Amino acid sequence: MSTTTTAAAPAVQVPTGTQRLTFAKAINLGLRRALADDDKTLLMGEDIGKLGGVFRVTDGLQAEFGAKRVVDTPLAESGIVGTAIGLALRGYRPVCEIQFDGFVFPAFDQITTQLSKMHYRSRGRLTLPVVIRVPYGGGIGAIEHHSESPEALFAHTAGLRVVTPSSPAQAYAMIQEAVASPDPVMFFEPKGRYWEKGDVDLDAPAGNGLDGARIVRAGTDVTLVAYGPTVQTALKAAETAAAEGTSIEVVDLRALSPLDTATVAASVQRTGRCVVVHEAPVLYGTGAEVAARITEECFYHLQAPVLRVGGFHAPYPVAKIEHDYLPSVDRVLDAVDRSLAF
Amino acid sequence: MSTNATADATGVDTPDGIQNAQAPTQPAGPLSTEGLVQLLTPSGERVHDERYDGLVAHLDADALRAMYRDMVLVRRFDNEATSLQRQGELALFAQSLGQEAAQIGSGYALGPLDHVFPSYREHGVAHVRGLELTDLLRLFRGVDHGGWDPADHGFHLYTLVIGSHTLHATGYAMGVQRDGAVGTGDPTRDAAVVTYFGDGATAQGDVSEALTFAAVNEAPIVFFCQNNQWAISESTTHQARVPIANRAPGVGIPAVRVDGNDVLATYAVTQEALQRARSGGGPSFIEAFTYRMGAHTTSDDPSRYRSAEQEEYWRQRDPIDRLRRYLESVGELPATFLEQLDAEGEALGEHVRTTVRGMGRPSPASMFEHVYATPHSVVESERAWFQTYESSFLEHGHHGEGSHR
Repeated sequence: MSTTTTAAAPAVQVPTGTQRLTFAKAINLGLRRALADDDKTLLMGEDIGKLGGVFRVTDGLQAEFGAKRVVDTPLAESGIVGTAIGLALRGYRPVCEIQFDGFVFPAFDQITTQLSKMHYRSRGRLTLPVVIRVPYGGGIGAIEHHSESPEALFAHTAGLRVVTPSSPAQAYAMIQEAVASPDPVMFFEPKGRYWEKGDVDLDAPAGNGLDGARIVRAGTDVTLVAYGPTVQTALKAAETAAAEGTSIEVVDLRALSPLDTATVAASVQRTGRCVVVHEAPVLYGTGAEVAARITEECFYHLQAPVLRVGGFHAPYPVAKIEHDYLPSVDRVLDAVDRSLAF
Repeated sequence: MSTNATADATGVDTPDGIQNAQAPTQPAGPLSTEGLVQLLTPSGERVHDERYDGLVAHLDADALRAMYRDMVLVRRFDNEATSLQRQGELALFAQSLGQEAAQIGSGYALGPLDHVFPSYREHGVAHVRGLELTDLLRLFRGVDHGGWDPADHGFHLYTLVIGSHTLHATGYAMGVQRDGAVGTGDPTRDAAVVTYFGDGATAQGDVSEALTFAAVNEAPIVFFCQNNQWAISESTTHQARVPIANRAPGVGIPAVRVDGNDVLATYAVTQEALQRARSGGGPSFIEAFTYRMGAHTTSDDPSRYRSAEQEEYWRQRDPIDRLRRYLESVGELPATFLEQLDAEGEALGEHVRTTVRGMGRPSPASMFEHVYATPHSVVESERAWFQTYESSFLEHGHHGEGSHR
């Protein structure tokens, strides 16, 4: 580490007001705010410094906050998370970037056996406020290991909070919430949406919490449950269905751990039908968990079995056919039709 | 290991073929005793060493007797805990038997600001750091996954996933560095981190990554490898073809091999490495060559994989006997001291037995505590369900299998 900046750097122009930003820029500004607010906050990852990350999410942050706070690490994911745990034990708040979803697995041991359990095994004496950012999901024409959706593996692990924003405004708020959380947070970023724009109120106080699903479109006939990249897919499906006279309610889970069953159940009790949409394989996936819980909570309200639309039980396919694997608007509407026809 | 395996200078079996396959020009294997720093011979003679004599010069007879006392007490603790496991009072126990010099010697070199990341056999280091030894048994009793507050004595919880904690130690040292607690020259401020691990752990990727992260960050950390020659049933020859310490220079970390059964030598090399770390000189690697005199844990049976001759060879090189012989030879082990130490050992044994037997069963609902630092709705709903379920029994706390309602 050769370059450092001092706290007395020239006054930073902090963006204010409501701006139309890409998803990636919204996270960038959220991280920037977290770095500016607390000098214990650190960013760690591969190529996040001068390059600004392969998706440019950390663009400009090393120049602004120095190489001791925005750290280009060795190319070793277990090492990134393992040393982040040590830094957190010393009082720091590391935010780790895993370059792509398929590269989180070298760190899987540290995340599941160490990071998730330290608070528990120390009987609350130790807390690990570590955020692990994972760009996930497909649809970008990438090569192998760059399009996966491993979120359920982490949601299955007690001790981790698992969240995923679905819009730039959500991303801006949730990344700050994640940094502020005393619990370890897996922060899944839908990389296929990085370049989509939305209005972000940069002055909005963080503080709405990481938990809780939200209804992003009200409807009466079918509940579509989605998160991260599939929220936009679900909204498009709802729009198309509306033209055909079907009223779809779309729920954005936001958090997979904890799963907000209450919001989903309240919606399904109104609509009587539920379809869950995610890019991850359906087998043992989030949709299976939602279906089980909705069956328990809404048994007498259900007009049809809970259906799932997601990836197949096959490795993520080659880019030329990935759109046949991913849940498209048509596949979502097909499931909606099957639910209505039941 | 075949029955006709050859033995090298250390009396350790080598797997068939390995020794024969080695060309004379190749470096010595991982069980070589060449070049070990030694200040006390197995028979208790003081060996002079230009580099390290100065680091032990201040250790007078009182200090050496204190080390001797701690080694004896930790061994007593070890034996008591093993007996308690045999009596069904502990689920499992991992002895530090035979590694007392490596642990007490290095532990004595630590300062109050230093932080230790142990594996799970560092009872001697824990004792020197001031932990209540019985707290270590909470984990083995099955009443706690931890058992103490790491902040109290600068001693992190035991880590069971081999080598994982070396990364935590490295990250912690990077934090010490960022706190400006390195290289100030102020002894009330400068701190270092020591992480303990075994020869088996060096095969883990995490240890390799820890060395890399420590090196590129010049982190104030000492990697203290106790090469006790056995990873459960696998000899160090299954982990490496060259001395374990040779790994460190490859990433730019200076390394030293030390006789791990020599409490003076382990103290000296650790002191040197800690001073380097605290002063901003970066990481060091110590390989303490020792021997796991006991089983891996109480579940293990070493007679299946190593010879009685080998065990006897190392019994004759017992680290406690070595210091005793030295102290006797200089007339510094009076009978009154030994009698008092015997009495202390008896008292410790009684204390361990009583304390362990008094460790109560946690409440079942405690399994829901501290899963998260902030409320988690799934944990809360499962806790609520569990409490309702528990209270559905007619006789609280006394239900057995099939007694529901």
